[in-house]
Amino acid sequence: MRLDIAKKALALGLGLALLAGCGGGAEQSADGPVELSFWAWAPDIDKVVDKWNAAHPETKVVFSKQAQGDDLVTKLLTSAKGGNPPDLAQVEFQALPTLVSNDVLADISEGAASAKDKFAPGIWDQVTLGGSGVYAVPQDSGPMMFYYRADLFEQYGLKVPTTWDEYAQTARDLRAKAPDKFLGTFSSNDPGWFAGLAQQAGASWWGVDGDTWKVSVDDAATKKVAQYWSGLVAEGAVDKSPMYTPEWNKALNDGTQIGWLSAVWAPGVLKGNAESTQGKWAMAPMPQWDAAKPRTGNWGGSTTAVTAGSKKQKAATEFALWLNTDPAAVEALVKECGIYPAATSAQEALSQPPAFFPNQPDFYTLAAKIAATSSGFTWGPNVNVTYTAYKNAMAEAISAGGDLVPTLAKMQGATVDDMKANGFTVGG
Amino acid sequence: MTGRGGAAPKLAPYAFVAPAVVLFLLVFALPIAYTVYLSLFRTEVKGLGLGKGSRSEVFVGLDNYARALTDPELGAGALRVLGYGAILVPTMLGLALVFALLLDEERVRARGFSRIAIFLPYAVPGVIASLLWGFLYLPGTSPFNQALRELSLPGVDLLSPTGIYFALANIAVWGGVGYNMVVLYTALRSIPRDLYEAARIDGCTPWQVAMRIKIPLLAPALVLTSLFSVIATLQVFAEPTTLAPLTNSLSLTWTPLMKVYQDAFGRGDLYSAAATSVLIAVVMFVISFGLLRVTRSRAFGGER
Repeated sequence: MRLDIAKKALALGLGLALLAGCGGGAEQSADGPVELSFWAWAPDIDKVVDKWNAAHPETKVVFSKQAQGDDLVTKLLTSAKGGNPPDLAQVEFQALPTLVSNDVLADISEGAASAKDKFAPGIWDQVTLGGSGVYAVPQDSGPMMFYYRADLFEQYGLKVPTTWDEYAQTARDLRAKAPDKFLGTFSSNDPGWFAGLAQQAGASWWGVDGDTWKVSVDDAATKKVAQYWSGLVAEGAVDKSPMYTPEWNKALNDGTQIGWLSAVWAPGVLKGNAESTQGKWAMAPMPQWDAAKPRTGNWGGSTTAVTAGSKKQKAATEFALWLNTDPAAVEALVKECGIYPAATSAQEALSQPPAFFPNQPDFYTLAAKIAATSSGFTWGPNVNVTYTAYKNAMAEAISAGGDLVPTLAKMQGATVDDMKANGFTVGG
Repeated sequence: MTGRGGAAPKLAPYAFVAPAVVLFLLVFALPIAYTVYLSLFRTEVKGLGLGKGSRSEVFVGLDNYARALTDPELGAGALRVLGYGAILVPTMLGLALVFALLLDEERVRARGFSRIAIFLPYAVPGVIASLLWGFLYLPGTSPFNQALRELSLPGVDLLSPTGIYFALANIAVWGGVGYNMVVLYTALRSIPRDLYEAARIDGCTPWQVAMRIKIPLLAPALVLTSLFSVIATLQVFAEPTTLAPLTNSLSLTWTPLMKVYQDAFGRGDLYSAAATSVLIAVVMFVISFGLLRVTRSRAFGGER
């Protein structure tokens, strides 16, 4: 009811201002220093921005700290409607189509297309949305990996699983040897995690065919993943409580959860949630569907995008490119913000392991190898709808006993219905 | 006054009323009107929706209302809220009444302390209360379950699909009893003491005084607190939203208001969210009005 009266009133006022001030999206003539506004949430990214400002007196970037993820998407949509967006913003991969579809982001292919070679193809595809436009420059990626408690694996005589069959067997063996412990959990609360698992299996949830969207959230690969986890959940081989709860934190801390299928940024989370376990974890590639063709999916990751409302798109594109491909800038991003860079050369340049993994000196060498096996993925214009459907339907399915496959049809239905209701052309 | 011109007496009332009217129009009537306006539109996308200007706002009349009314999730959410309210309202008001009557007894000691202790949870914001209770509910972190384990009894999972109703109602009871108790207690204190004296002389026990004098005279206050409780129940949002990430038993559209929030900010569809909120507002109005009407003879019996 009274959710955002102020916002609406503001939008109304700004909307009128937009009508008055509209017309002519020409580049601002460059006399005097250009000022660019930049919204982002990565911790300490302002220190990297300072580096740019020190080296480029003619283009000043003004940084503004934002809340992470979905909140920023809402804020960007509102500010764009109001005709007052920032010039640059940090945007997660899966939010790109939503923002492009709402006309919030600029096509910067003119200035940025040449950066294509600096990124793995799977990463680059996500900023082009499978077309000829370029809507952002990749910043960090989240290739998925398997984390496990090396000490407890040794204690229970477990081997690191390299295939999903082995993972299932290891999960069962652990339950037999230590009935109060789990190799992992199937979380109804983390659609991004499930999307990563589906990507690894070769799923393709959205696609563009000419002027038509193709949606297949319930494709064969995703069904295979859901089927697999249904079995593990139903027989109790893995836990079924959500991740990122106080209970889960405690389980990571006290060794109730001895493994975590996560992404390259996991060391930061483990440090925050399970500090007492420093040096006890190790990282390995994801269990594979086909050991001969190793693949992984992405969980998380973000980009730097230029807004369509910006009058200084050229300068903004230059900054976005510098931030994510200049060796010094990317090194600063890694050091100050703790991100895993999307640029391939920067991934290879990482030498020190994360502080939480002193026992695995080749952490980043292995991570770069894994990142190179990332699957490509096209996100749709209503990922948020699919994600909400995942949370609601998976939670229900898990409570009801664990057949997760019917959930996919619900996700597919919700996604397609929403797209059709909005007027998108959706093909079969 | 006579020397100050004839216009003043005519203008003065308007001047006094103006701030209230302006505020009412600006922060109440205008947003409501805008919500109703929004609810008659929706965005329409052409083709892929990726090009410039591929989104436009189109007028759809009552389409959004039709869709909201036929949405099974909204109806299911309303039913869940009814179940939750059926547990919450009687428990909360019952406890509030008992505490108020106890505190009103002459022989009670530490009255001030008890009153504060019962009232204090009301000062804790709903989100924080839910986080605190969430810790206590999660089987892995719950001290109750730890205690039960020590006694080799089976643990209880209050976050199971049925348990969740009680878990949520418990948070609201914990937070709401104090407030309602204070309202009832204040009403009790305003009952003339000589009525009790007369009753005692007639040989009434404290129990009879409570049942035959205090509770009937409390009726207006009870109606008021019930009305507020029912409205608060229908608006439940913060508690289930905060607990949802902790459990498989709560969906993000568990209550109608959660659905409005999801529509507006999860799906980015302000239009259907506006339609649903208008519907919720109408239903709330009808329920509140109906409740008042049914109980009017009791509540305002003396004033008709």
